[in-house]
Amino acid sequence: MEGLLVSLYVFVLAIFVGFEVISKVPQMLHTPLMSGSNAISGITIVGAVVVAGRVESPVSTVLAVVAVAFAMINVVGGFMVTDRMLQMFKARGDTSK
Amino acid sequence: MNESAGGILDVVVGLAYLVAASLFIVGLKRLSSPRTARRGNLLGAIGMLIAIVATLLNQEIVSFTWIVAGILIGSAIGLWLAKNVKMTSMPQMVALLNGFGGGASQLVAGDEYLRYAAGTISPSLDVQTTIMLSVIIGAITFSGSIIAFAKLQEWVSGKTVVLPGQRFWAFAMFMVMLGIGGWLVIQPADMTLYIALNAIALVMGIFFVMPIGGADMPVVISLLNSYSGLAAAMTGFVLKNNGLIISGALVGASGIILTKIMCDAMNRSLPNVLFGAFAGKTMGGGGPAASAEGKTYRSVGPQDAALLLAYARKVIFVPGYGLAVSQAQHQVREIGEMLQARGIDVSYAIHPVAGRMPGHMNVLLAEANVPYPQLIEMDQINQDFEHTDVAVVIGANDVVNPAARHDKSSPIYGMPILDVDKARTVVVLKRSMATGFAGIDNELFYDEKTRMLFGDARKSLLAVIQELKNV
Repeated sequence: MEGLLVSLYVFVLAIFVGFEVISKVPQMLHTPLMSGSNAISGITIVGAVVVAGRVESPVSTVLAVVAVAFAMINVVGGFMVTDRMLQMFKARGDTSK
Repeated sequence: MNESAGGILDVVVGLAYLVAASLFIVGLKRLSSPRTARRGNLLGAIGMLIAIVATLLNQEIVSFTWIVAGILIGSAIGLWLAKNVKMTSMPQMVALLNGFGGGASQLVAGDEYLRYAAGTISPSLDVQTTIMLSVIIGAITFSGSIIAFAKLQEWVSGKTVVLPGQRFWAFAMFMVMLGIGGWLVIQPADMTLYIALNAIALVMGIFFVMPIGGADMPVVISLLNSYSGLAAAMTGFVLKNNGLIISGALVGASGIILTKIMCDAMNRSLPNVLFGAFAGKTMGGGGPAASAEGKTYRSVGPQDAALLLAYARKVIFVPGYGLAVSQAQHQVREIGEMLQARGIDVSYAIHPVAGRMPGHMNVLLAEANVPYPQLIEMDQINQDFEHTDVAVVIGANDVVNPAARHDKSSPIYGMPILDVDKARTVVVLKRSMATGFAGIDNELFYDEKTRMLFGDARKSLLAVIQELKNV
């Protein structure tokens, strides 16, 4: 139970850190913020990898592999697409026309 | 000896998660300026890589075969999606990625549940509770995001869809879900009930997003974003992993902030958005729009529109969802550049809820190479409209409806809007006189200084470009 309490502390404090850090993002970057934070929520990959590494039952393995794949889509897709968006934000238009 | 080596490894892995979580925080902080944002995102990705590599050192892992298979499949799909998605489809993309994150959390919790149900280990009360929370939040995120994706992709109607007995069933399901979840915490070994819990939570997600109309999508996507983070945090509780808890909490907080900003930008409370204040009016079809009959509007051709622009000193473009639909962002930028070459002051006014997700218009215009200092937020640009010769409204409707300022009977009364009507002349690009997503008539279109340029936005703008070349 003590472990749970510590985790609860961590959880609540991290939410406050999140509020502090993120409330300053300008409207212009809201979409990259969403897709970027979205990629971070793919951290579930950590849990998925652990359960996929256990050898228990076929059902469990199937669930775990799908979980790894889902989380990885979230992670790779999220970070890549955020990067693609962010590289478009330029202070001056520099099309060579 | 062996044991102490394992202990040291655990510490190393734990520290690696701490480093990853710190990198996420620094990365998110850097996302607050366009100059540092790209590096911030990279820091986040590095943090994720560290977390994954550290996890592979976990002592519980016996076989790597399935892990590698899952990672390869997921990475390939993620890569393909990220490379190929169009910028106009970004809301769908974000919704879909959200769904995968939520689904993954649901499945991880499910896998843990199977282990306990098999009876090899007896779960503690808190683990059992967080498993149920993970399943519920993860499943709602998954199915809700898939529905949001389908709506944005127009696979299902983007309008408000009210299912029969919506509220009653949603409430009933919610109570049953809590009941089953609670029961399973005490009596975990009931597989049938567990499957039922998953199914009900998935249906809940569908019920939760189906009634929400297109214009309210920014709120829902932000909320689902928050849920996907909370689901990950719950998974962290299940696995007793503080790294997961921190990261999930950060995303949860980020989603909550965006949800609040979006609600404020529409002057509506979250319950009001979710339980559909517009619902009745949208479905009616006739309703307020009927009052439009008898009023006159003035239409304009591309040639006159080009003349208006060419002889202005200050022009503000006001993009809305219609810009995304007709993919007209490049034409807008081209006109903007042509006007600037004539010495005209050009800027873009961005309403926080324009489009289908937070920041949608900024991404589109950035893609078209509009320099970001020209993209101006509502609060900063509103005072400029009265010194503006021409305001060009492209596919925006409710966010420029003056009724929000003075008509107390209007459903959007009190919503902050762009004061387009204060400009000397307003050109509105629109397909027809049909009402916007909220189903509300817009008095701006009947204002005597407003000129309606009918047609697909992209085609209209192309015609204006041609005319501008001759002016």
